[in-house]
Formats: sequence, C-alpha cells, structure tokens
Amino acid sequence: MLDDFFLRALLAGTGLALTTGPLGCFVVWRRMAYFGDTIAHSALLGVALSLMLEINLLVSVFAVAVAVSLLLLLLQKRQALSADALLGILSHSTLAIGLVMVAFMSWVRIDLIAFLFGDILAVTPADIALIWGGGLVVLAALVVLWRPLIASTVSADIAEAEGLKPERARLLFMLLMALVIAIAMKIVGIMLITALLIIPAATARRFSSAPEGMAVLSSLIGVIAVVGGLFGSLTYDTPSGPSIVVAALILFIFSLLPFGRKNLSEQGTTSGGRS
Amino acid sequence: MLMQTAAPERQKGDELVTLAGAGIQRSSRWLVRGVDFSIHRGEIVTLIGPNGAGKSTTAKMAIGVLRADEGKVVRKAGLKIGYVPQKLAIDWTMPLSVRRLMRLTGKLDDASLMAALSDVGIPHLVDAEVRHLSGGEFQRALLARAIARNPDLLVLDEPVQGVDFAGESALYELIRTIRNKTGCGILLISHDLHMVMADTDTVICLNGHVCCRGTPEAVSRSDDYRRLFGNVGAGLAVYSHRHDHTHLPDGRVQHKDGSVTDHCHPDDGHHHNDGHDHHHHGHDHAHSHGEETTAVHSHEGHDTAGPHQGDDEHGKNSHHHAAHDHADGKGHSHA
Repeated sequence: MLDDFFLRALLAGTGLALTTGPLGCFVVWRRMAYFGDTIAHSALLGVALSLMLEINLLVSVFAVAVAVSLLLLLLQKRQALSADALLGILSHSTLAIGLVMVAFMSWVRIDLIAFLFGDILAVTPADIALIWGGGLVVLAALVVLWRPLIASTVSADIAEAEGLKPERARLLFMLLMALVIAIAMKIVGIMLITALLIIPAATARRFSSAPEGMAVLSSLIGVIAVVGGLFGSLTYDTPSGPSIVVAALILFIFSLLPFGRKNLSEQGTTSGGRS
Repeated sequence: MLMQTAAPERQKGDELVTLAGAGIQRSSRWLVRGVDFSIHRGEIVTLIGPNGAGKSTTAKMAIGVLRADEGKVVRKAGLKIGYVPQKLAIDWTMPLSVRRLMRLTGKLDDASLMAALSDVGIPHLVDAEVRHLSGGEFQRALLARAIARNPDLLVLDEPVQGVDFAGESALYELIRTIRNKTGCGILLISHDLHMVMADTDTVICLNGHVCCRGTPEAVSRSDDYRRLFGNVGAGLAVYSHRHDHTHLPDGRVQHKDGSVTDHCHPDDGHHHNDGHDHHHHGHDHAHSHGEETTAVHSHEGHDTAGPHQGDDEHGKNSHHHAAHDHADGKGHSHA
C-alpha cells in the first residue's frame, strides 16, 4: 500500500539520489569528503540564521554554505593551517554556533532532530519540485563542467595549461555542493548528507571503468538505496534518513564481496556515457 | 669552430612565448627571477639546472599555470599547449583508462589517439587502467596525450623519468621527430645534464636565474655552467656530441686515430644534409654513457614511430639514429 506521503518521499529521495551520485563521485575523487561534511554541518548555522532573520530556509542554508566554502578557500590560500585542520574548525564551529543560536531563540520551537537526521516523510509537493528542479540544474551544470572538472581532478596544472580554467570549475563545483546540501538537508538531514554523497560513489567504483560510468552508476545505486531504505523504514518503522544510509551501506558491503565480479563490471561499463 | 660562419641556423619561427624579466616569489623568497627567453615555432629550448633551480616553476610560468610576480610573460593569442607535468598523482578511486586519459582536455578521434600511443610505444595499453601502469608507461601515456593534442607548444617537464634507458633515447628521438613534423615549439626540462638532446636549439641553464644560455656546445663550454655543475666529463653531450673527432680550438679537427685535418671529412659519417639515407662506415660514436660507447651501424627502417616490439631493440635503433641526425641539426658547421 503506497500512501501519498510515501510516494512523495520516494519521489524526493530518488530525485536527490540522482543528483548526489555524480557529485559524490567528485567528492570521492577529489578527497572532499570532509569538505562535504563541513558544508553540511554549517547548514545548521543556516537554519538558525533563517529563523532569526526570518528568511527562506533554503536561501539561508545555501548562503551560509557558500560563505563557508569561500572562507575555506581564503584560509587555504594563506597556508597557515592544513586544509584538514581548517575544515575541522569550520565544521564544528558552525555547527556549534548554530546550536547555540537556536538555544538563544527561546521563542522558536524547532525539531532539531528533523534537521539533523531528516524527515523525508514530511516532504511537500513544493519540496519535490525544488529537489527535481534544483537537481536538474546541478546535473546540467555538471554536464557542462564535466571536462574541466575531470581534467582538474586528474591534474589542475594540466587543466590550467591547456586552457580549461580549473579554478573556475572548482569554485562552481563548491557552489553546486552547497546547493545540493541545502536541498538535501530536509531529506536525509545534516548529519547524513555526506553519506548519500560518498557511499553510492564508493559502491560504484568497483563496477566502473570510466569516470562517466561511475557517475551514472552511483546515481542508480543511490536510487536503489533510497527506495530500499524507505521501504525498510516503512516496514520496520525506523527513521527514514538513517534507513536510507543503512541501505546504501548494505549495497556498499555487497560491492566488497568477491562474487559476481565479471558480470557486474560488465554492467558497469555498459552504463557508461555522459551523466 | 662551432656555429661560426656557415652555421645553418634554424629558421626562427614566430614567437610562441616570451618571458621578460619574469620571476616568481613565494613567502618573500624568489624561486626564480629575471628570466628572459622566448620559444619560437620549431625551436627546442631545454631548461637545465640543479634541484630547486626553478626549472618547473619557470615552465609553469611560461604556460600560465603560475602567474609571474614580476616581469612579463606574453603568450601568442590562442596558443595551444600540450603539457606533461613533472608530478601527477591520480587518486585510484577514479577509474581512468589510457583511452580516457588521452581525451582528458579535449576531443580526440580514435585514429589520432592510437597513432599517438603507437608513437610512444604503448598502443597495447590503450584500454589499461592508468593506475596499473608502471612509471615509465604512465610517462609515455602522458607524453602521448600531450602530443595528440597537436599543440603549438609542447612543454615537457622531465618527460622520460622512470623510462628505461633504451626507451629514453627513443622518446627523445620522438620529441625531435614531432618538432620536425609539426613545427611546434618545445620546452623541455631535464635534471639530468647528460640527457640534453642533441637537437636542442637553446639550452638555458637555470639556478634561480638564468646562468647561461646558448647551444648545447656553447653552454657546456661556458664558465658559468662549469662553476655550477663542475666540469662533468665532456659537458652536456648526449646521443651525439661525442664523436670520433674533436674540434680543436683553432678550428682544425682531430680524429679518433689522432690525425688532424682542417675539416671533417665529408664522408666520415657526418652528412650535412637532411634525410635518413645515410650510408655508414663502421666507426665509433662515443657517447657520454659508458655502457653505450659503440653504436652499431645497421640502418634498416627508421620507423621509430612504429609500434614497439621490444623496447630494447627499438631504443638502440633510434639511439644511433639520433646520433646521426645530429649532423643535420646544429653543432657541426665548418667554415
């Protein structure tokens, strides 16, 4: 039996998974997992600001994410601290500031758990439109930026020398990350967004022989994880966000098992082509 | 004696890149400073220098990867660059075949792709995963990628690192062939002073600044060079410059057997014309590498661009090939 709310959750979840697949591949390739985490954590500061200034939640979260990305770029240029340490500072301080601000605003009652772990079962038709609309924008941007992004992931110097402007691609990629995280917050929550970026991509790695194939495959694996997780959540009455992540993890563990290697890798190549 | 009167100076093409007083500063230390040179179409410029001399920095500055903190770098509008960086670490999580690597920065049809891989001797690795390549194979793949772009300017930062000895000479030969065929400019970096190609038009010796420059012969004889590197054997002679005869300071030529003549004999193995149909008399070309003192003269096809069957054989072939072709390049011109 598929209720309306469940159907909406499925639509929202699959739309998100399709977007996070290719983006997550770049997160894995460029070793930006911690960056994704930092942006996600900063979303809570965005939530707090949105409540305090009474501005749109999505706009606020996106703005904070962009600000944190730019701040990170700026601090990295000074090279005083490693990127790792800078991320740790930004990640937890933005989360902490957000929590403190929320605590100060005694007049608002918010469901922190919903922000931290998502509430996919409460998505509205407007949310779905946002997810699919935003997702299409992100995917279209990735298609346009594909060559510069891949080239600069392999070697920023080659990309720069051969006229692909890797700095611009990197900046735009950060903006796309910020956008996806702002969109995804409601579905899987701040704490789990990175999982949806990384786990499907990591799962797709073994079955892929080209970056393009890996991007498409990780989208598909993400969709399977969302569908599986949501049905599991419905069946066992577990929270939806964590259930999706658990489903993704199960797929990842399957990908580590040594059986069926040949078949699956063929599947990986045939699903190649552009994302 | 060298490069004096009848020197067939290579016709200089238009300038591809010009550096004028260019320098790069990092945390109040100048990595390189006051670098002046230009690369013309059809010219091979080689940067040499000790570690930390700023060779890679200079190359990156020339192609716009680094912005000059002082001075000027002017690149020809629409300059197409093919770049082989010194270091490249690809995260193994990205599945990347050689075929895909070849198309990293631009479209490329299959025929050109295979042709470039054949040129560098790894056509059989086209579908191999990049992370499974050996150091030398990866270096070849990178070189193939750069040349397949058909660039105006090829910038090669230690392109033969990790390549076996025989392969090294084959690749240097290939670089030369590319220059002759396409007329592109080439900026080559070598930390190995002995590996400077015979066909280099200009050697620029760097050590934080330009110490000296000129033809390979001129640089190896210069005082600056000797101060910097010591008098390393015969200087920068590779693949050719140690011949069976020596040019004496007074312009005469001393032959291997000790005889002295006014000129090289026209038929003593140094033909001063282009083309590959040399007829060789058995005589020794002493190379700066001890184990390679003798080049066997058996000219079959000069098809170094053909697919490799056994690096060794290929390498030797082109090795002595390079030695001969020296004659049509520079170096030996006799009044």
